[in-house]
Amino acid sequence: MKTIFGFLCGLIFGTGLVISGMSDPAKVLNFLDLFGTWDPSLAFVMGGAVVVTFFGYRVVLGRPSPVFSEVFHLPQRTDIDGQLLTGAGLFGVGWGLGGFCPGPALTALPLLSTGILAFFPALLIGMWAGKMGPTFLSARA
Amino acid sequence: MTEFTPIASLFGGALIGLAAVLLMAIHGRIAGISGISVSVLPPWAGQMARGEIGWRLAFIAGVIAAPLAYHLVAGQAVQQTVSTNVSLMVIAGLITGFGSVYGNGCTSGHGVCGMSRLSMRSFVATGVFMATAFVTVLITRHVLGA
Repeated sequence: MKTIFGFLCGLIFGTGLVISGMSDPAKVLNFLDLFGTWDPSLAFVMGGAVVVTFFGYRVVLGRPSPVFSEVFHLPQRTDIDGQLLTGAGLFGVGWGLGGFCPGPALTALPLLSTGILAFFPALLIGMWAGKMGPTFLSARA
Repeated sequence: MTEFTPIASLFGGALIGLAAVLLMAIHGRIAGISGISVSVLPPWAGQMARGEIGWRLAFIAGVIAAPLAYHLVAGQAVQQTVSTNVSLMVIAGLITGFGSVYGNGCTSGHGVCGMSRLSMRSFVATGVFMATAFVTVLITRHVLGA
């Protein structure tokens, strides 16, 4: 059941990416092109997602626990550190270059375009390094 | 040019939100694509309990299956235009992957889930990655003229 619900959540998430147009890098890059062929659609994606999540979380997090876990696993950190700023800054650069953030990279995968076949393995290597780097450094410290 | 699609985008966005709420209700987890994706890579995948890795792999499979399901149900292929510049896409992939994990989240984890929890870290991260993304496109399209 855990696995089935995980799959369904992913399927709904991915369908949202596809219907919203977020899965199309051309639409993403046009959203980011304020001074050119600006397409404001993606502001509506973020708006719709945040409104539903904001009110949905208020209902869900008011419950004693999730269905398949003892507790809600919520990030506890509140500090703004260099790692957060550097990571977010780099992520934006990559997103602006390729037009893919990680979710749409997954929905693009079965469509097998040349671009995604180049992008996806590099994305995984980058992610691996992004987690291994801090792990390695903190182990040495 | 791409067509302005406020209704479809709002509806699609609401579905993304619904998935994030369901994942929290069922598994008690943030629907962050970069965090979920990196956690199923070695060596971290091997450090997780079986049930923990199962739903993550299933979630990823669900996202990947979505465009195929859409094609079957809607009867039309998913529209997308992807750059064919292989070296550009490799560089973009490396930077996107590294930055999203190093900064503890991407558009979904920080942008959707974090801002909905009113997390200051997520507001700052989202502001920063939106800003650098806008500047990157400004430079590539209007300064370099690509």
